[in-house]
Amino acid sequence: MSTPRPDLTIQGLGKRFGATVALDGVDLRVPGGSLVCFVGPSGCGKTTLLRIIAGLETPSAGHVMLGERDLTRVPVHRRDVGMVFQSYALFPHLTVAENVAYGLRIRGVPKRQRLARAQELLELVKLPDVSTHRVAQLSGGMRQRVAMARALALDPALFLLDEPLSALDAKLREGMQVELRRLQRRVGITTIIVTHDQEEAMTMADLVVVMGDNRVQQVGPPLEIYRRPTNRFVAGFVGTNNFLPGRVMAADALEVAGVRASVAAGALVPALGSEVTVAIRPESLRLRAQAPATAALHGTVVFVRDLGRVVETRVRVLEHELIISGRGGFAEGDGVWVELPETGLVALAS
Amino acid sequence: MSVPVAPSVERRRRARDDGGPWPHLLLAWPTLALTLLFLIPLGTIAALGFFRRIQAGFFEVGFVTSNYARALDGFHLERLAVSVLLALAATLITLLVAVPFAYLLTRRPRRAQVPYLVLVLASLSLSEVIVAFAWSLMLSRTSGISNVLVMAGLMEAPASWSPGLWAVVLAFVFVALPLAILSLYPTFSRLDQELPEAAGTMGAAPLVGFVTVVLPLVRRAVAATAALVFIFVLGAYVIPQTLGRPAHWTIPVHITDQAIMKNHLPLAAALAIVLLVVSSLIAVAIVAIGAGRFDPSRSPRLAAPERAR
Repeated sequence: MSTPRPDLTIQGLGKRFGATVALDGVDLRVPGGSLVCFVGPSGCGKTTLLRIIAGLETPSAGHVMLGERDLTRVPVHRRDVGMVFQSYALFPHLTVAENVAYGLRIRGVPKRQRLARAQELLELVKLPDVSTHRVAQLSGGMRQRVAMARALALDPALFLLDEPLSALDAKLREGMQVELRRLQRRVGITTIIVTHDQEEAMTMADLVVVMGDNRVQQVGPPLEIYRRPTNRFVAGFVGTNNFLPGRVMAADALEVAGVRASVAAGALVPALGSEVTVAIRPESLRLRAQAPATAALHGTVVFVRDLGRVVETRVRVLEHELIISGRGGFAEGDGVWVELPETGLVALAS
Repeated sequence: MSVPVAPSVERRRRARDDGGPWPHLLLAWPTLALTLLFLIPLGTIAALGFFRRIQAGFFEVGFVTSNYARALDGFHLERLAVSVLLALAATLITLLVAVPFAYLLTRRPRRAQVPYLVLVLASLSLSEVIVAFAWSLMLSRTSGISNVLVMAGLMEAPASWSPGLWAVVLAFVFVALPLAILSLYPTFSRLDQELPEAAGTMGAAPLVGFVTVVLPLVRRAVAATAALVFIFVLGAYVIPQTLGRPAHWTIPVHITDQAIMKNHLPLAAALAIVLLVVSSLIAVAIVAIGAGRFDPSRSPRLAAPERAR
């Protein structure tokens, strides 16, 4: 792209529907040209946020800025957004090409030109042969691509997708994730995808925005979200996590379930002496038959599940059940030691 | 365009044939009712049109064509034209109000729709007679709306707006409106809210989106409603008689006049048959236009915005 894409900035955004609060105090910056995923459980406000960015809802408070331009009061048809709806919202009375060319037709682009552009876009989404078909003749995956081509037809400043892959079956969905990401790279357009599927968000996005309880919980690159969740909600929503009670003992030490464990310097945010919840990823924990020299918890294997690539072992430690994924080698009923890693212990304010 | 048939539809089709004698018996009742209550009276009336009138009496069985000839004479053809034009005008105005109303109503949350639907249903329960007399009061000089406007300082002196052409059209629209709204409501309710929204994201202002996306998708329902309203309004006779001058008297008014005042039942019957044929033809034409069968080009909608520019 010749011109740099402007950043999208959201400031103090709030939305109420009558007495219900749908969004509360959302601040966010989406860098121009990046792919951002809004992820969260249903009802967390992510779709409302996307609809406000598109101009389909009016916020009760706050601002939406694209570069220096304040979009907050700009109606949807003057916003320069392309959107893929959850239902795809393709027009059943038009052909595929007419659907893709709809925005150009509204702008008064001559028929020959707009149909040529539609063909170009259909080739971009790898559907060059369906331009004269009716929407009803297409499969779900094809409709999804047509909806994307249509949203991109006007080369909008923002490409917004509301649960674009949720209606597709698992295999097709995985393929489309890769394809969508490659398409976005090629076009270079600032893209926001709303999804409830955290795995989808982690594999596609430059930046993940975890939403919960009508606010933004954490913003960061996928790995950072995964490795350093900043609160219990994010730690629990993204991936699998083990939670144990703990206490901050020193600048580099935690007490976890009664055992003192040292942690990498600088990793502890909560104040000295405070009660915390310690989150540990299943792959950070290691199982030992004998007590290791480092900090470890003793427990009993209660369940083993061989997933092929890894073995998931569930170990009962005091009143907690820990999930450990690794090479396995233990059977139900075995007494084992669970080694606590120095990195990978995340202390969260409880 | 062949549409692939889902297995469930196929199964249902087969089930329809395997239902035993019950479906036929159930269908027999409406068939019987239709025959007894519609076809036989219709045949009687069609035949009555050929009977001979007896002056100062009733009629006798016979075969004369003079009644139909008179029903198609210059005077009655002119009346027919007035009737059709009045009904078409009322239909058009009704749709211009009902279509946006039904659309905006169905965009509201369910709960918010209820009071409006109750009001619409309530006004549907008013008979044509009550509507005609209510409007003749409201449009009168002595006790009508103009008195309120004078009191509000918007008019110099009270005026009489009835009888008159617009009084007739107004009352027609008033009785037809609830019917039209309820006839459009189911189709508009099923319309995907995201379709006009999608049009908006592609630069279509609300009205442009409505014309290019919503209207093409509901045109069949709109045409069916137009046919319904047209037939309904064309059959009304109390409204033109009460609120119109003789120049606005429609064929139904003359049918009543012939049948009740002038005791000329064979002519009334002939007029009724002529009216039935003409209104059926126009109604069928309206529905056919709605289904896109008379489209000059295959997709005129695509060209429309360009012409506007």
